[in-house]
Amino acid sequence: MLRFVVRRLALVVPVLLGLSVLLFAWLRALPGDPARTLLGERATPAAVERITEAYGFDRPLPTQYLTYLGKLLTGDLGTSSRTGEPVLESFLQRFPATIELAVAALLVAVVLGIPLGYVAARRHGSALDTTLVGGSLLGTVIPVFFLAYLLKLVFAVQLGWLPTAGRQDPRIDATHVTNFYVLDGLLTREWDASWDAVVHLVLPALALGTIPLAIIVRITRASVLEVTGQDYVRTAEAKGLARSLVRRRHVLRNALLPVLTTVGLQTGLLLSGAVLTETVFAINGIGSYLFDSISTLDYPVLQGFILFIALVYALVNLVVDVGYGVIDPRVRVS
Amino acid sequence: MSGVHLPPAGGPPGAPEDDPPAGTPAELALEPVAEDERGTSLWRGAWRRLRRDPGAIAGAVIVLAFALVALLAPVIAPYAPAGAQWANQVTPSSVPGPSDEHLLGLDSFGSDLFTQLVYGARQSLVIGVVSTVIGLGFGAALGLLAGAFGGAVDVAVMRVVDIMLSIPSLLLAVSVAAVIGPSPTALMIAIGAAQVPIFARLLRGSMLGQRSSDYVLAASSLGLRRRRVVMSHMLPNSLSPVIVQGTLTLATAIIEVAALSYLGLGDPNPTVAEWGRMLVRAQDRLATDPHLAVLPGVCIAVTALGFTLFGEALRESLDPTFRR
Repeated sequence: MLRFVVRRLALVVPVLLGLSVLLFAWLRALPGDPARTLLGERATPAAVERITEAYGFDRPLPTQYLTYLGKLLTGDLGTSSRTGEPVLESFLQRFPATIELAVAALLVAVVLGIPLGYVAARRHGSALDTTLVGGSLLGTVIPVFFLAYLLKLVFAVQLGWLPTAGRQDPRIDATHVTNFYVLDGLLTREWDASWDAVVHLVLPALALGTIPLAIIVRITRASVLEVTGQDYVRTAEAKGLARSLVRRRHVLRNALLPVLTTVGLQTGLLLSGAVLTETVFAINGIGSYLFDSISTLDYPVLQGFILFIALVYALVNLVVDVGYGVIDPRVRVS
Repeated sequence: MSGVHLPPAGGPPGAPEDDPPAGTPAELALEPVAEDERGTSLWRGAWRRLRRDPGAIAGAVIVLAFALVALLAPVIAPYAPAGAQWANQVTPSSVPGPSDEHLLGLDSFGSDLFTQLVYGARQSLVIGVVSTVIGLGFGAALGLLAGAFGGAVDVAVMRVVDIMLSIPSLLLAVSVAAVIGPSPTALMIAIGAAQVPIFARLLRGSMLGQRSSDYVLAASSLGLRRRRVVMSHMLPNSLSPVIVQGTLTLATAIIEVAALSYLGLGDPNPTVAEWGRMLVRAQDRLATDPHLAVLPGVCIAVTALGFTLFGEALRESLDPTFRR
C-alpha cells in the first residue's frame, strides 16, 4: 500500500512542474513589462529595476524560469499589487473559510446524493426515480450564483430564517485558533459560536453543493443499476446471503468506485463555484479575494490562485486514488 | 446483435412501415440480407432508438426552437437589441412592466426585454458553437495523436492533458482574459480551452479500444498504410463519444458564460443582449423586479437542459451495451 501511495505521489511532480512552465509562459505572455506587471501600474522605476534584478528578467529565458521556479518552491508568491500584502500570507489566512465552505458543500452533496441515488436505482422506473433524475438534471443546468441569489432572496431576505451574509455574527465574541470557525468553536468550547458558524454555512453550502449533488445522484444511480445486474450479485443472492449483506458488501461497495472518482473530479468545479458563492454571501475566503483581484488584474494573486487550486486538485485526486486502492484491492496490484 | 430474424423488440406486431413486405416464414428467412444491412449501422440504430425516447424528443424540440430563435432573431424581435432607447422610463427603484409596446417590459438599461432575450439566444448560440468547435478541434487532434501512435507519444500527450485538467476552467478564463483583455473572444477561447483535455481523453480512450479489434488487425494485415487505417477505420469508429460530449459541451458553455460574466470577464458593454450578462446585472433589482433575473436565468437553464437531454439520449442510443 505504501509503495502504491509513493508511486502515485511521484506522478504529481511532473504535473506540477509542467504547470509551473505554463504559468511562467503565461506571465511572460502578459502584455507589458513583467516586472511592472508584478508590481502594478504605479510602481516606481527603482522598484521595477529591483524586481527586474531579483527575478532576473534581463537574463536568458531558461535562467529566468529556474529563478522563478526557485521562488515558487520557497513559497515566495510575490506581493499583491492591490493590497501590498504577501500573497501566500493572504491565502493562508483566507483558505480556511473556503475549505470550510467546500467541505460543507461536499458533505451536503455526498450525504444526500448517495442515498438518493441508491433509492432511485432501487425504485428504478418509479415516479420517485423519475423525479430524482429530473431534479438532478435541473441541478446541473442552473448557474451556481443564480441559485445562490435565489436562496438568499427567499430564505434570508424574505423569510428571514437564515443569515444573509458573512461567516459569523460579528456580535459573537469568538476566539479564532485555526480560522476554521466551526472547528474553533468546538476547540474553545464556545458552542454558540460554532453553531452560529454552522447556521451561516447552510445557504452557501446548499447553493454550492447542488451541482456535485446532482452529479453524485446520477452517478450513484447508474452505478448501482449496473452493479445490481452483475453475475456476482446474482450468485451472492443465489447462495442465500442476507439481502442487506448483499446490498452492502456486494452492490454498494462496488457501486461506490465511480462515485469516488466523480467526487475527486468535482474538486476543481467546487473551488470555482466557491468563488461565485463566496462573493454572493460575502464570505471572506480565497474566492472573494480572487474576485476582487480579477477586476484589478492583480497578477501575483491570480498566479498564486492557479497554483494553489492545482495543488489542491492534485492532492485531492491523490487521496481519491488511494481511497480507490482501499476499496478495490485490484488497483493496488496493477 | 443477434436474432436478425426477429421483429424489432417492443415494436407493434403489425410490421412498421420500413419493414420489407413480409411473406411466408420461409420467404422471410431468405430475405434478411437487406434488413441485416440496415440493422448493423450504428447510426441508423441510434436514430431508431432516439425517435422512441421522450427525453430525446423533448431535448431536440428545445434545441431546434433555440436555434430557430437565434437564427431568426431580427425577424422575431420587435426592436433593435441593446438600444437602451427607453432609458428615460427606468428609475433606480423600478422598471416599466409589460405593456402593449413591450411584451415583457423594459430591462434596467431601458431596452426592450423581449428583444434582449431573443438576441441573447443568438449570442449564446455563437459562444456555445465556437467554444465547442475550439474544444473539440484541439482536443480531438490531441486525442488522435495519442490514440493513433500510442507508446511514448501517448504518455507525453496525456501528461499535458493531465496538467490542463488540473486548471479549473474559471482560472483558464481569467488567464486568457488577462492576456487579451475581457471580451467575448476571450470567453470563447477560455471555455473551449477548458474542454480540450476532456475531448482529448475521450477520443484517446475510444481509439485505444479500437486498436486491438479484429478489423484494425485485418486492415493492417491487408497492407493498408497506418494513416489510412487510423483515419478511415479507427477514427470513424471512435467518434460517437466525442459527438455526444460535443452536445453536452454546448450546454456547459451556455452556463459557463453566465458565471464568467458574473466575474466581469464577459463583454465589457453592459447593455449587450447576452443572457449571462442580463442575469448578472439584474441582481441589484432582484428584490423589486425579480423577473429581470428569472427570465434570462430560465432561458439559460432551459437551453442547457435541451442540449443535456439530447446529448444524454444520444449517448444512450449509441451505446450498444445500454439497453433498457
